Amino acid sequence: MTFVGWIQIVTFFALVAVTAPPVGIFMGRVFMGERTFLHPVLEPIERGFYWLAGVDSNKGQDWRAYVVAMLMFSVVGFLSLYALLRFQAGLPLNPSGFGQVSPDMAFNTAISFLTNTNWQSYSGESTMSHLSQMAGLTVHNFLSAATGIALAIALTRAFARSQMRELGNFWVDLTRCTLYILLPLSIVIALALILLGLPQTLLPWVKVTTLEGIQQTLSMGPVASQIAIKQLGTNGGGFFNANSAHPFESPNAWTNLIEMWALLVIGFGLTFTFGRMVGDKRQGYVLAAVMAVLLVSGSIAAYVAESSGNPIVTAAGVDPSLGNMEGKEVRFGTALSSTFAAITTGTSCGAVNSMHDSFTPLGGMVPLFLIELGEVLPGGVGSGLYGILVFAIIAVFVAGLMVGRTPEYLGKKIGAREMKLAVLAILILPVSILGLTAIAAVLDAGKAGPLNTGPHGFSEILYAFSSATGNNGSAFAGLTASTPFYNVMLAIAMLLGRFAYIVPMMAIAGSIATKIKTPIAAGTFPTDNSLFVGLVIGVILITGGLQFFPALALGPIAEHFMMMAGHLSP
Amino acid sequence: MNPVEHIRPAIVMIVLFTILTGLIYPLAMTGIAQVIAPDSANGSIVTVDGKAVGSQLIGQLFTKDNYFWPRPSAAGDKGYDAASSSGSNFGPTSAKLMARIKSEAARYPGDGPVPGDAVTASGSGLDPHISPENAHRQAARVAKARGMTVDQVNALIDARTEGRVLGFVGEPRVNVLALNIALDAATSPAK
Repeated sequence: MTFVGWIQIVTFFALVAVTAPPVGIFMGRVFMGERTFLHPVLEPIERGFYWLAGVDSNKGQDWRAYVVAMLMFSVVGFLSLYALLRFQAGLPLNPSGFGQVSPDMAFNTAISFLTNTNWQSYSGESTMSHLSQMAGLTVHNFLSAATGIALAIALTRAFARSQMRELGNFWVDLTRCTLYILLPLSIVIALALILLGLPQTLLPWVKVTTLEGIQQTLSMGPVASQIAIKQLGTNGGGFFNANSAHPFESPNAWTNLIEMWALLVIGFGLTFTFGRMVGDKRQGYVLAAVMAVLLVSGSIAAYVAESSGNPIVTAAGVDPSLGNMEGKEVRFGTALSSTFAAITTGTSCGAVNSMHDSFTPLGGMVPLFLIELGEVLPGGVGSGLYGILVFAIIAVFVAGLMVGRTPEYLGKKIGAREMKLAVLAILILPVSILGLTAIAAVLDAGKAGPLNTGPHGFSEILYAFSSATGNNGSAFAGLTASTPFYNVMLAIAMLLGRFAYIVPMMAIAGSIATKIKTPIAAGTFPTDNSLFVGLVIGVILITGGLQFFPALALGPIAEHFMMMAGHLSP
Repeated sequence: MNPVEHIRPAIVMIVLFTILTGLIYPLAMTGIAQVIAPDSANGSIVTVDGKAVGSQLIGQLFTKDNYFWPRPSAAGDKGYDAASSSGSNFGPTSAKLMARIKSEAARYPGDGPVPGDAVTASGSGLDPHISPENAHRQAARVAKARGMTVDQVNALIDARTEGRVLGFVGEPRVNVLALNIALDAATSPAK
């Protein structure tokens, strides 16, 4: 740990804290249908989209229609992306002449980008044509992010409205989110990244002869435009295999800071959007505070673990002052690498600027644990907000049990139906993560995956199913996941983590929306103070901690004691 | 609520957004990039005597004594394969990791512990930088192979050492390719 390291971490979070509120307020204006400075340019495009799609933008949808529209959009998106990957060999913009993507890998990849996971069982620079990267993967980076945000806004409206069935119109929310929020921000970020040195070209590669006379093929392509939305939409799918550790995705500390900022700003911003839309800004601040406390704690824990280094390596005569540098880039060091690891898993981003697989056991447990907490810190764009609202509902219920009051959140009574649905939603995580990990850990096809042996091999499997279920997409990348077994199993985990969570969550939205919004009375349990912040943090930690602690004990915790005792796995 | 009524908007929206965000957006960015930053947009290629020798952003393999060596690399079979970026993904208690670290450490003789980045593989396998401590550790070897004094080599390293952005963001580092080109330039009259 160094003073400069801490300053970097503090500065970064301060930057996010200052910029997230205006972004959130702007998003609120877009979703409440107010005019913004972008309307003169974008409104004609928006109207054109509705006209061609046959959408009546004034027509609201109840929760079922909203969900069915979202599901239909997802099915069509899946089919088109799958087809594109399968036929890329014969399509234009394939300068490297890559072949078609295999059926199981195309299936896995299409599910992965559809669900905002961006798990990559392929290696970008040796698999995907420029057309697949642009018209396939980049498009779904936008649309899966916009879908998540639209759903969160629908749930927000349920709390804002009284005795209404309609939650908005999915097509309108999707279009506005993409046109007014994601696309303009992506353009600004892409331009910044281009000026700071990222490639943005249609060349497939440049071949050079190095000073020592070795042939080197430098893979490149339209990188900056894809990295901008991959970070902003908490997608995480890199242009290259090494993701944001690759010098062409993030060549210096500036680009790293911008990419880190981009992956948090919408997630935190949405809490301010929420506060404005429900007419009580303090409710948004409470959610932001919960996220910030846990996320900053995770960053600190990871930095402490990584900067302390690996005692086995130090014993071999290596200077520990740089910390654990295996899998890390010199230009980022341990401070920016640890912070990136925490924020990419506190969100559902999954981009990496260092290899989590080579972190120290406890340093690597931080990203794993943050995923298992449900990725609500601040979570994926949209999915983080609806995720933390489910935790808030559980928190008011727990508080109601403790003090003997009818649980209420934002003037809406929380009944048995909402609680059952909320518990159903949060059960998806342990069922999918622990259940599928258990299956993979006993089958030969699953045991063939890990690169490392001993507890670390188990951690690699556990991380993969945590990441897929949480729609994160980062990996303990030693796991060979490009096999049919893992391609299919992980796709199932991604589908469960996304859609099996969304449906009960939207059912809650539907039932909340129809309830009367009762005014705050003396007997109302307040949800806008620090007591409630602590309560929500407790609920998140207890559900995350209790469910996953035994599995973590078998993996990273066991390995930590091995490392401290100087034992190696063969 | 009839699911069929959602089919048309679903198909039309996918097509329209594919055109807008999948073709217009990246192609427009490409066009702008080629005008405002043509060098870096095409990979920040470094040329010596008119020949492309690499990218200033991408590390390359050096094994001879008269050049500074980069960090170990897990990209491709021999390392620094810029079409196959990858970390080692060895866990912290991996016996293979320790075997590699010990054999790498033996290549860096000198006083005191070996700099950490000299024996560890980067996340990308293409790290273009080494730490200043790592570079200074190699100065004696390079000076001997080049017939230079250690002070001359250390001065070259200091001139090529990049500090933190704004004094506190990122880490101090030396670009290996740039340093080795400077090394060639400094000794070329003697050839």
